Amino acid sequence: MKILVCISKTPDTTAKIAFTDGNTKFDEANVQWIINPYDEWYSLVRAIELKEKDAAVSIHLITVGNADSEPIIRKALALGGDEAIRVNSNSNDAYFIATQIASIANEGGYDLIFTGKETIDYNGSSIGGMIAELTDAPFISLATKFELVGTTATITREIDGGEEVADVILPLVVSCQKGVAEQRIPNMRGIMAARTKPLKVVEPTDADTLSSIISFELPPAKAGVKLVAADNVSELVRLLHEEAKAI
Amino acid sequence: MSVLIFIDQSDGHVKKSSLEAITYGADIAKQLGIAAEGIVLGTVSDDLTALGKYGISKIHQVNNNALDHVDAQLYAKIIAEAVTLSGAKILVFSHNQTGKAVAARVAARLKAGIVSGACALPDTSNGFVVKKTVFSGKAFANISILSDIKVISLNPNSYQTIAGEGIATIADLNITVAPSRIKVTAINKVSGEIPLTEADIVVSGGRGLKGPENWGILLDLAKELGAATACSRPVGDAHWRPHHEHVGQTGVQVAPNLYIAIGISGAIQHLAGVNRSKVIVVINKDAEAPFFKAADYGIVGDAFEVVPQLTAAIKKMKASV
Ligand SMILES: Cc1cc2nc3c(=O)[nH]c(=O)nc-3n(C[C@H](O)[C@H](O)[C@H](O)COP(=O)(O)OP(=O)(O)OC[C@H]3O[C@@H](n4cnc5c(N)ncnc54)[C@H](O)[C@@H]3O)c2cc1C
Repeated sequence: MKILVCISKTPDTTAKIAFTDGNTKFDEANVQWIINPYDEWYSLVRAIELKEKDAAVSIHLITVGNADSEPIIRKALALGGDEAIRVNSNSNDAYFIATQIASIANEGGYDLIFTGKETIDYNGSSIGGMIAELTDAPFISLATKFELVGTTATITREIDGGEEVADVILPLVVSCQKGVAEQRIPNMRGIMAARTKPLKVVEPTDADTLSSIISFELPPAKAGVKLVAADNVSELVRLLHEEAKAI
Repeated sequence: MSVLIFIDQSDGHVKKSSLEAITYGADIAKQLGIAAEGIVLGTVSDDLTALGKYGISKIHQVNNNALDHVDAQLYAKIIAEAVTLSGAKILVFSHNQTGKAVAARVAARLKAGIVSGACALPDTSNGFVVKKTVFSGKAFANISILSDIKVISLNPNSYQTIAGEGIATIADLNITVAPSRIKVTAINKVSGEIPLTEADIVVSGGRGLKGPENWGILLDLAKELGAATACSRPVGDAHWRPHHEHVGQTGVQVAPNLYIAIGISGAIQHLAGVNRSKVIVVINKDAEAPFFKAADYGIVGDAFEVVPQLTAAIKKMKASV
């Protein structure tokens, strides 16, 4: 049983969002990088739990990124996983990235591919579905629970106004979110072990780039809060009704 | 050449987020001087012809109950085929649960560039550039789609639906549906609840409410306003409220007309999920709470006193108009 876990590097959630080069580049000065929380807390941890239950499971991590991604992939290896692959490209086009992962997935014969539901920087929610299409596998998005018995996965996923439970026979691509697993902290043993785990660097295969970022913008600043006294809530109701027209 | 809009349905009813997608797609078609058409999969009880009033002339339907559950693989295959058959160049989805499952998959199948989470009409003056939210709502990016066919998924609650006049014709699409590899065994819908991402008003509670037993005052307010309910991450983590109510950078991202935050400090990760709301009201007993900086209206006070009074005042206002 082979699991491929997709790992993306994102700015820390408290990072200041600013742009340089005439608003064409994200300003990386003083930014701390983390593993995309959806990849780390949910997909990676769930894969590790599956391996803890069944030693025959092997976990490979994959990231598409340049050498700057290596600390992130080592940190992921410290949580768990047997080896990692880095595709040496800093593309941010979803189709290009998904093609790289799908090409490794097709070669490696994985039974299960996990992605996070989205990355917290570009919020694309695209990679999982694209990998599934390019590997001709079923795709379950927005999973909140994942169980595996033999080669049948039982997955709960978020749908409009509720949830759906379904059985799917592997191979399969799943995008994970809250509920699938709980965040873990790497321990010293894991961190030491991660240093010697294999990290293979491969060059990207030919793929089209179908989109490109032209520029960034920050939202306009809020005008400032209008405070209403706590003993005068009817004034708030009046403002919301007459001024904001929100109720 | 046309714009094809995917019309999402749930239990036979067309979703509000789809009406936004239709209006948006029809406006793109107008901008380019081409036709706007829709595609719907599965059995629908709503009158589809009435969707003409949002600006589409024709709706392709694969009227087959095997499609009543969303299987991204089947959906992608059928929608891609419909794009080819109808000669569409632009495909529009809502970036809702179904859109997140299907849009990127269709894009890969068609080898089309995608912008997911779009929040404005494309700029077609020089290429095809679509604005989308990035960094969980903290910024926007303008993305150029380079392929011949273009896919856009539109953030829910970011485009105003406009109903005019018009009746759409329904055309049965004769596409064979392969058997699904996904066997749905249960569907649990929270009945009577307004889906969070589609709600006009969201009332949200944080750790300041002290415990799940105190949620009554918040639920009363939500009921009075016809609002959906949400919560901060620690509240979800502590199981005071169900997981799916957790909003923020690592939870659901919402953009209602009105967001009322009660006993929430306004941490940067929380704001990231709610700062696209049009109007934000904050009720917090700490005047220094960071949320006030992101708010339009605020009350510095004890939620346990302010919230019941607010509910009563809204009731009174409604009775008088
Ligand atoms: C990587 C990462 C991701 C995260 N993602 C998210 C996310 O997606 N969503 C999210 O919400 N958080 C997220 N967080 C957590 C976030 O940093 C905050 O810890 C969290 O939002 C705080 O929740 P809170 O406002 O409910 O609680 P607190 O910060 O404890 O605030 C409680 C507030 O209630 C007020 N209060 C207390 N009593 C009363 C009263 N009687 N009446 C009125 N007000 C009262 C207090 O003044 C205080 O402001 C994330 C954190 C990290 C590190």
